[in-house]
Amino acid sequence: MSNSSSTASPEGARASEASALARFVRATEVDTRMLGMLGALLLIWVVFHLVSDSRFLTPRNLWNLSVQTSSVAIMSTGMVLIIVTRHIDLSVGSILGFVAMVMGVTQTALLPDMLGSDSAAIWVLTLAIGIVIGAFIGGIHGYVIAYLNVPAFIVTLGGLLIWRGAAWWVTSGQTVAPMNQTFRLMGGGPYGAIGAYWSWVVGAIACIGIIALNVMGRRNRKRFNFPLRPLWAELTLVVVGCLAVLGAVNVANSYPWPKGIVKRYAASNNIDVPDGGLFIAHGIAIPVLIAIGVGIIMTFIATRTRFGRYVFAMGGNPEAAELAGINTRWVTMKIFILMGALCAIAGAISTARLNASTNAQGTLDELLVIAAAVIGGTSLGGGIGTIVGAMIGAVVMQSLQSGMVLLGVDAPFQNVVVGIVLVVAVWLDGLYRRRSV
Amino acid sequence: MQTQSTTQSNTPSTSQTNDTSTVVSMQDCSISFGGIHAVDHASLDLHKGEVVALLGHNGAGKSTFIKLLSGAYKRDSGTIHIRGEEASINNPRDAKAYGIETIYQTLALADNVDTAANLYLGRELRTAWGTLDDVAMEARAREVMGRLNPRFERFKEPVKALSGGQRQSVAIARAILFNAQILIMDEPTAALGPQETAQVGELIKQLKADGISIFLISHDIEDVFDLADRVAVMKNGQMVGTAPVNAVTRDEVLGMIILGKCPPGATPGPGAVQS
Repeated sequence: MSNSSSTASPEGARASEASALARFVRATEVDTRMLGMLGALLLIWVVFHLVSDSRFLTPRNLWNLSVQTSSVAIMSTGMVLIIVTRHIDLSVGSILGFVAMVMGVTQTALLPDMLGSDSAAIWVLTLAIGIVIGAFIGGIHGYVIAYLNVPAFIVTLGGLLIWRGAAWWVTSGQTVAPMNQTFRLMGGGPYGAIGAYWSWVVGAIACIGIIALNVMGRRNRKRFNFPLRPLWAELTLVVVGCLAVLGAVNVANSYPWPKGIVKRYAASNNIDVPDGGLFIAHGIAIPVLIAIGVGIIMTFIATRTRFGRYVFAMGGNPEAAELAGINTRWVTMKIFILMGALCAIAGAISTARLNASTNAQGTLDELLVIAAAVIGGTSLGGGIGTIVGAMIGAVVMQSLQSGMVLLGVDAPFQNVVVGIVLVVAVWLDGLYRRRSV
Repeated sequence: MQTQSTTQSNTPSTSQTNDTSTVVSMQDCSISFGGIHAVDHASLDLHKGEVVALLGHNGAGKSTFIKLLSGAYKRDSGTIHIRGEEASINNPRDAKAYGIETIYQTLALADNVDTAANLYLGRELRTAWGTLDDVAMEARAREVMGRLNPRFERFKEPVKALSGGQRQSVAIARAILFNAQILIMDEPTAALGPQETAQVGELIKQLKADGISIFLISHDIEDVFDLADRVAVMKNGQMVGTAPVNAVTRDEVLGMIILGKCPPGATPGPGAVQS
């Protein structure tokens, strides 16, 4: 089976001299840049772990990290498409703030009057209304950018001010709280996680998915007689992927509910708490599941659909895309509509997590989102970027921030570090790209 | 059907428009950019299986004139008939619907995606699920590129990584992939070495034999006399004249290009110098 390996004949001579790592990279066809980013993330984690007296790599901290990352990670997937087409969106934080306020008012003031405060439909309707409004706002931005030819920088800079002002105007600046109980599940917390059993189920499905993707890819390559990866490389990828998934599930399942909540839960369900305390695992948090779902859907859109292909082609050469008969204006508008909808989902998560919506919500998120996309390998020159990269970039940003909080670093100094890391990361990335192309 | 093209324009056409084999008839086309008449009332016909070379200085308006046909620019005035019927070409999509394919001087490739993606840009093959059928597209790409450039192997790389000649063959492959009836080639050999240039020449002859009509824009007068049936010369946005290649000499064509002087063997256009 491994007879038709991907190593082409001229490279064969060099392969024997190359190091084992280089051979491994070539055989598995993994993205070395992605590998480097994961390495950097691991380094950040280990350093924080050592400096913070082993408080960083604990189930509790990692679980919180995953929940805190969700909102920015979701928005960064849309930002990738925007930056790939050589645009920018400075308004995502403000859109998030405005939509969050609207969703807050919708579920606390509007819908309970119509449906009764216990109705299960409230959270669905609230989220749906939020997504529609977010998409509409994105559509306005996209229309002005694509059809009226105003630069995205200016349009979204305007949007940054307009929607932040509009967020204040919804309730004249008052904070809206508390949120609907079901809606709050989207924000994580002990009840907003799916528990140990279902976490393992999700993990198992993910593993089956990894295996299925590899098998299908291999079959497709074989069907058209394309070069195959050697079998050992294929197996290594599958095993590493599955172990990573199951390891993450294991971490989520090692973080128990706090004692107080266990006591309350036991009392209301007539369970006797044994002497050593009852171990109820959080499992994977719902916002994390939403973020992963968004990531998978966005990756699918970016790589498997015409729309995604057009986005990248437009980023590589806008004129060529136009001459190839692509309706570039409509594609641009669709990208901004998508971004608006993603802001609404991120807004729902952050509102649910805060259990309140405030008019300052999402302030400066646009910078975190852009930084996540750029650290994740999205090139501001256009045409290059991946959804997974941006999401890992979001984890890197959040790891730095929560690590420094753990160490008790002052807030202003945190910004200094994050700023320096952003610049250095982009510089290193530029070096890497110039060397490899 | 035969009177259509003459009734709609004031200027008499430069050659036999009434011929049923006329595939493209551009009549009296003009476009200006901010007061500059890039193309000024130019007319040109193209017959089935014919190669018409469009010549002129840099800035003479050749590329712009031809972009009116490919849909890259929208003309200010004038009419275009395709196979005898009036065509409305407002964007590249319209032109492609009429079977007009274009190889642009700039190649118009998306540098960051691979060969197959470029070949099918805007017309992707899709699976039953509506997703991109990359494997099928790559298989077809290997087939077409194999015919055009047999040593080409770098299908997985973005076209940015390819050499000038390879990029050119990708652009040519894209134009012939979709059964074009009318082909526009804007300096198709500009980036090529002598051997590849000869290859493109062979390809043009083969396409012509298949009944495909070709507009060829070129600087190389030897190329033109070798490949074209007729030459059309532009100067300052105006058509100097057209002539069958066997009715004019190289020097006469140069005279048309440089001085705008129309020799006896040629049909003069509005841009010809009156002597």
